[in-house]
Amino acid sequence: MWDLCTNALDTAKLRGAAYGDVRVMHLRQRDLTTKNGQVGTLAQSESIGLGIRVLANGAWGFSSTDRLTREGVAACAAQAVSIAKASALAKRAAVVLAPERAYVDSWQSPFRKDPFEIPLETQLALLLAADAEMLRVKGVTLTETNMQFRKMDSWFASSIGSRIHQRKVISGCGIAATSFQGGEIQKRSYPNSFGGQHLLQGYELVESLSLLRNAPIIAEEAAALHSASQCPEKIGTLILGGSQLGLQIHESIGHPIELDRVLGQEANFAGTSFLTLDQLNSLKYASNIVNVVADARLDHGPGLGTFAYDDEGVPAQCTDIIKDGKFRGYLSNRETAHLVGLDRSSGTMRTESWNRLPIIRMTNVSLLPGTWDYDDLIADTADGILMETNRSWSIDDRRYQFQFSTEIGWEIKGGKRVRMLKNPSYSGITTEFWNSCDAICKFDHWTLWGTPNCGKGQPMQTMGTGHGAAPSRFRNVRIGTAFSNQ
Amino acid sequence: MKPAAKARKISTGARPGAAELLPERELQRITEAVLRLAKSTQAEETEVHVDEVADTLTRFANNGIHQNVAEHGLTVSIRTVAEGRTARVTTNRLDEDSLRAAIEAALSLAHSRPKDSRLLPMPKRQSYRKVNRFIKRTAALTAEDRARAVRRACDLAVKKGQVAAGIFSSGQSQSAVGNSRGLFTAYRETHSQFSITMQEHPAASWAKANSADVRAFNPQKLAERASEKAHLAANAKELAPGRYTVILEPAAVLDLVGFLFYDFAATALEDKRSCLNDRMGKQLFRQNITITDDAYHPLQQGAPYDGEGLPRQRVLLVDRGIPKNLVYSRASADVAGKKPTGHGFALPNEYGEAPMNLVFSGGDSSLEKMVASTDRGLLVTRLWYIREVDPYEKVMTGMTRDGLFLVENGRLTGAVRNFRFNQSLIEMLKNVELLGPAVRATGEESFEMVVPAMKVRDFHFSEVTKF
Repeated sequence: MWDLCTNALDTAKLRGAAYGDVRVMHLRQRDLTTKNGQVGTLAQSESIGLGIRVLANGAWGFSSTDRLTREGVAACAAQAVSIAKASALAKRAAVVLAPERAYVDSWQSPFRKDPFEIPLETQLALLLAADAEMLRVKGVTLTETNMQFRKMDSWFASSIGSRIHQRKVISGCGIAATSFQGGEIQKRSYPNSFGGQHLLQGYELVESLSLLRNAPIIAEEAAALHSASQCPEKIGTLILGGSQLGLQIHESIGHPIELDRVLGQEANFAGTSFLTLDQLNSLKYASNIVNVVADARLDHGPGLGTFAYDDEGVPAQCTDIIKDGKFRGYLSNRETAHLVGLDRSSGTMRTESWNRLPIIRMTNVSLLPGTWDYDDLIADTADGILMETNRSWSIDDRRYQFQFSTEIGWEIKGGKRVRMLKNPSYSGITTEFWNSCDAICKFDHWTLWGTPNCGKGQPMQTMGTGHGAAPSRFRNVRIGTAFSNQ
Repeated sequence: MKPAAKARKISTGARPGAAELLPERELQRITEAVLRLAKSTQAEETEVHVDEVADTLTRFANNGIHQNVAEHGLTVSIRTVAEGRTARVTTNRLDEDSLRAAIEAALSLAHSRPKDSRLLPMPKRQSYRKVNRFIKRTAALTAEDRARAVRRACDLAVKKGQVAAGIFSSGQSQSAVGNSRGLFTAYRETHSQFSITMQEHPAASWAKANSADVRAFNPQKLAERASEKAHLAANAKELAPGRYTVILEPAAVLDLVGFLFYDFAATALEDKRSCLNDRMGKQLFRQNITITDDAYHPLQQGAPYDGEGLPRQRVLLVDRGIPKNLVYSRASADVAGKKPTGHGFALPNEYGEAPMNLVFSGGDSSLEKMVASTDRGLLVTRLWYIREVDPYEKVMTGMTRDGLFLVENGRLTGAVRNFRFNQSLIEMLKNVELLGPAVRATGEESFEMVVPAMKVRDFHFSEVTKF
């Protein structure tokens, strides 16, 4: 692989590139699903190819190919340089990269059980057993289960001398029960919606989930939701479960801190950000108990945003995003770091595949644990609503105004969970919401959630991001708006 | 890992550069080679998909190009059947050893599963209606061509004191499906797209077009339109949320109604997750709503066959407001006692099928006519981040974006801050008062379809944002 990388970089240099970096990637994936007791998707795929990014005449060009011959790679590199020269026809300023030293390294994400070595019969048997557990619950009309495994090898080389090989193993698994009754569709998912939990782990993730124990619980909840009371519309106290809070972090903190958005580079598609450069170190983003980091290091946990080096050859880092409620940092790359006064990229350039350009991405953007025990938090809440497991999510293109709905809600009265609520939802303005946070549960209740489906960029890229969160409480939140019909 | 360069290639023909596709006969040779290799295995039936893409995309922001990419790739996807079990393996390694390994892997996957009671024998050779959506001028577009067009658009922005961001993309793709029962078909198309956001702080507006033929749109005209609307969008005032008459431009209509397409899948009804459960044959929408799935419509794109290689049929989905028909894969048709309509996804899958080429019957009201006929309402340029809140009532939430304008007494009177909506699509399609001519619309939430602008009463905006 290194020969291919060297070939590409040499060609680019000969053609006039001032800088180049190249990624050869070999991606393997297995997808298993069941539906109503039958196997649905049963597929495996692999993809190998090379992508090269070059700077020529002060502008970027990128080209990719799966033709991994000397001629194919050379043609790809030459095309990248031609494209860069075309870019220079409409450039506004020459690209300047923050300094970074060269690294020669090899890294593999830790895992105990290679999911590709586990017999398929074992994997399918577990999914079918979980499916059957849900299907036997009266009122359930649709059952779904899934597992997804990925093994990703990347060989990164740059013209400053880096040679970095990384191997990542990712596992994901989830189950869901749906009930259609009386003109209403209700659904419950475990351990999270939209595919469950995803981590940089092996098959041990699946084994840790206790699918068979949880399958009948969510199935019964899906059926019971039909007779639950409608979530009221009011301004009130909200407690968010960890997975929902993970998505709240993703949408209302993770995306607005992407410096490419802030600088207008995503204005046409993903949008911009309310976090303009003057807000850094001055905006009171959240209440004093809120601390958020973007941490790609393995020390943070095996998240979908964990790696040793980003796809620009910058080592994984931990960046303070919100410290004691104050806005402290952006996600940057080598091109944008100097624009916020940094002398180095924060290491967040990531690519979906060999045929996509690395762009600024969330790593593990996590809310650090607080001090509350979960039972104490419930007991301390006189009147509130607990919402769990995302059902829908939406936020404006500058990341101010959001609305989320969840699969299930629970009314809290006098410090006790008293009844189930259906169709819960809440909405708000990002900074008002985060400033209303008055309790965060401690590490015992903290989970690093995986969001495997974050879309960004043109052409679109899907990326996995990590979000650590523990159940937390927010005051004076607008509740029930999604189902309001005024 | 064995480098592909040293492996024996199935395709011995000279493979062209990144900007050119293989000739169709090469796709057929790859397909036949896989089928030949599969004959010496346990596979009783084999299906092969070959997909090739050569795409380019120029991206600009802050009045200059900041990303500019090209990609070229070819994948072979193999489905085998043995003893009533099926599975799929996809690879982009074309040497004989890799293809043989992919066949064996598909058989191994299939062997691990229980028998599939719904699995049918693969279809035999079919007849197809030809469509021509490969335009040489589009395929020949260069990075320099795109850069010059972008430069002109950015120069306009600079002249107007605005900031431009967007994309200009072009490319070509092809696919082929063949199986061991003699079916083979192939399709190729070109595609091009120009999208531009013009920002006049703090406002912005947007225009976008998409076509197989790059000559079908003028990037500079789109830039001018976005520029003019961005200027109009400045000084937005805040209105109270509530129910408003809205005039939805085609992109806004597309991104909403795009969420309906899967509800017309027979499998979705069988699974009881469609909003059409218990509603087929009833007057669900206003009589001015007629929807057809038509892969052959001149403004449509996409292959005229489905994931099993069945020719796509034209299907009348909604006739004057009444949901009349669904689309069927072979498996769902077999269950329902219907004929397949050529809308199945590649097997195996749990979703069945979906109409991918929706065409709404339009009307004859121009946007100007709609505005002129409105005492008080809002003109919506585009919508953003649309998600399903209630799957049965089809309540969608999302935001307006890039130009929301107040209409008073038949004319635009100013810009309005963006709203969040929570709106049932079923209710919305009951409340359509006027329709424009159906056009090929392109947005960001749905794939392209042929839809009209619509004037809709009582559209529900629930909250307002800060810009």
